[in-house]
Amino acid sequence: MSLRESPLGAIHRGHDAKMTDFGGWAMPVKYTSITHEHAAVRDSVGIFDVSHMGEVFVSGPDATELMNRLTTNDVADLSAGDAQYACITREDGVIVDDTVVYLLPDGETYLFIPNAGHDEEMEARWRDHAAQWNLSVTIENRTASTAMVAVQGPHAVERVNEEASTDVSALGRFSVCETTIGGVECLVARTGYTGEDGFEIVFDVEDAAALWNTFEGVQPCGLGARDTLRLEAGLLLSGQDFHPETEPRTPFEAGLGFVVSLDTEFVGRDALADAEPDQSMVGIELDGRGVPRAGCSVLEAGESVGTLTSGTMSPTLDLPIGIGYVDEAVAEPGTAVEIEIRGRTIPATVETPRFLQRHQ
Amino acid sequence: MMFDIPDDLKYAASHEWVAVENGTATIGITEFAQDELGDIVFVELPSVGEELTKDSEFGVVESIKAVSDLYAPVSGTVEAVNDDLTNAPELVNDDPYGDGWFITVSLADTRELDALRSPEAYEEQTA
Repeated sequence: MSLRESPLGAIHRGHDAKMTDFGGWAMPVKYTSITHEHAAVRDSVGIFDVSHMGEVFVSGPDATELMNRLTTNDVADLSAGDAQYACITREDGVIVDDTVVYLLPDGETYLFIPNAGHDEEMEARWRDHAAQWNLSVTIENRTASTAMVAVQGPHAVERVNEEASTDVSALGRFSVCETTIGGVECLVARTGYTGEDGFEIVFDVEDAAALWNTFEGVQPCGLGARDTLRLEAGLLLSGQDFHPETEPRTPFEAGLGFVVSLDTEFVGRDALADAEPDQSMVGIELDGRGVPRAGCSVLEAGESVGTLTSGTMSPTLDLPIGIGYVDEAVAEPGTAVEIEIRGRTIPATVETPRFLQRHQ
Repeated sequence: MMFDIPDDLKYAASHEWVAVENGTATIGITEFAQDELGDIVFVELPSVGEELTKDSEFGVVESIKAVSDLYAPVSGTVEAVNDDLTNAPELVNDDPYGDGWFITVSLADTRELDALRSPEAYEEQTA
C-alpha cells in the first residue's frame, strides 16, 4: 500500500529531509540532525509538519452528547474556543487512541485530532455509534483536505504573533481561535506536544506551502525531534506507549486518569470505575551508561517488574531516560531498579515521567 | 548526497573502514554509516587484549533513533580503544575517519584484508 503524502511533502524533499513511514504517512524524520532540531525548539523556535494527524469535525444537535459518549473527558466543560485532552476507550477501558478535542469559536462544531493512521477508524467509530444511539450529528473526516503545523519553543508565540492578523499571544493555554497567518485562514490553538509553549495551526491543504513559507527562517523539525521532545516532557505516544492490541492500557495505568470524568457515560466508563491497575506508567533514569529503548525489561532484585515502552538519550538533559509500565510496588519515585539492555543490567531510578520539569 | 570514501582505506559491507599500518588495523565506521545512523549518543567497545574474529560483533553504536552492531572486518587482538568516545560519542559524526575511530587491532591474518572492499566497490554499494 502506498504511503499517504503530506501536502508539504515536496517542500520536505526539497530540503533533503530524511523521510519515513509514520502511521501510513511519508513524513520527515529530520532535516539536519535530531539534536540540532531538538535544541532549536528548547532554545528558540521550530516548526513541524504534523499533517499526518487526523482532523474530524463533528456538529449537529447531538454533537456534544456523541463527543461525551466517545471520549473520556467531559466535553460539556468546554466553552467556545476551548480545547481539552482526552482518551478514546473501548468497553473494557483500554485506550484506543488519545486526542485533543476543540470546541471551535462558533460554539457548535467540535474538532478532534486522532493520531496518524487513526482518522478513518475514528470516523467509522463515530458514525457507527451515532447510528447505534440514533444521534443527530454531522461527521466530517477532513484529514485529506486539511494540513497542520506546530510552531513550538520559547520564541514561538512572538514569531507566530508577528505573522498573525490578530493578537494570538493573548490566547490562553488549550484555547483556539480563527485568524489569518501570511494571508492564510486558519485555526490557531495554544497546544503542542513538545513541553514548550507554542501553537498548532490547522488550515486548508491548498494553502500549505504559503503558510509554511511564512515561517522562513524558523528551523524545520522532523518527527525524530518531536519524539525526543515529547519524551523529555513525559508525553505518551499512541501506538507505542499504549496500543489496543500490543500494549493494552487503561488511562489510569497510563497516568492519564486526569482526563477521565466518571461523571459522564462514555464507552469504557463502567470498566474504568472498577479498575484497579497492577502497573502504572513511570519515568526511568539510568544511573549508568547505555541507552534505554522500548522493550527493555525493568528488574528489581533480578526479577522482571516491568517493561519500557519508549527510551532515548535526552538531548536537553544529556541523560538516558525512558518511560514504561512497572508493578505498583516499585512505582514510587526514587525506587532503585535495573534496566536490561542487550543482556547487561544497568542501575536506574524510577522517577516521574516529567523529566524536563523535574530538572528545571 | 555524496559521501567521503578515502582512497587509502578498505571497507566492509557492514560499513566499517580499515586502515592498515605495520600489521595494525585501525577500525571505524564510514561517513555514509554515521549519516545513516544520525546523532550518535553512545558507543560500546571491547577491552584491550580482547580477541576478535572476523565478522563477529565487537561493539555497539547507538544514535538517538537506532542501535547498530559493529562487526570486526578482520581477526586479531584489540591493541587500543578510543576512550574519547565514552564522553564524546559525537566524534563519530564529526570526524568518522579521524578522531571518531573505534579500535586498533593487531592482525591475525593479513590475507583477510583481500576480502575487504576497495573504495570503488564500497562507493558502488552506497550509491
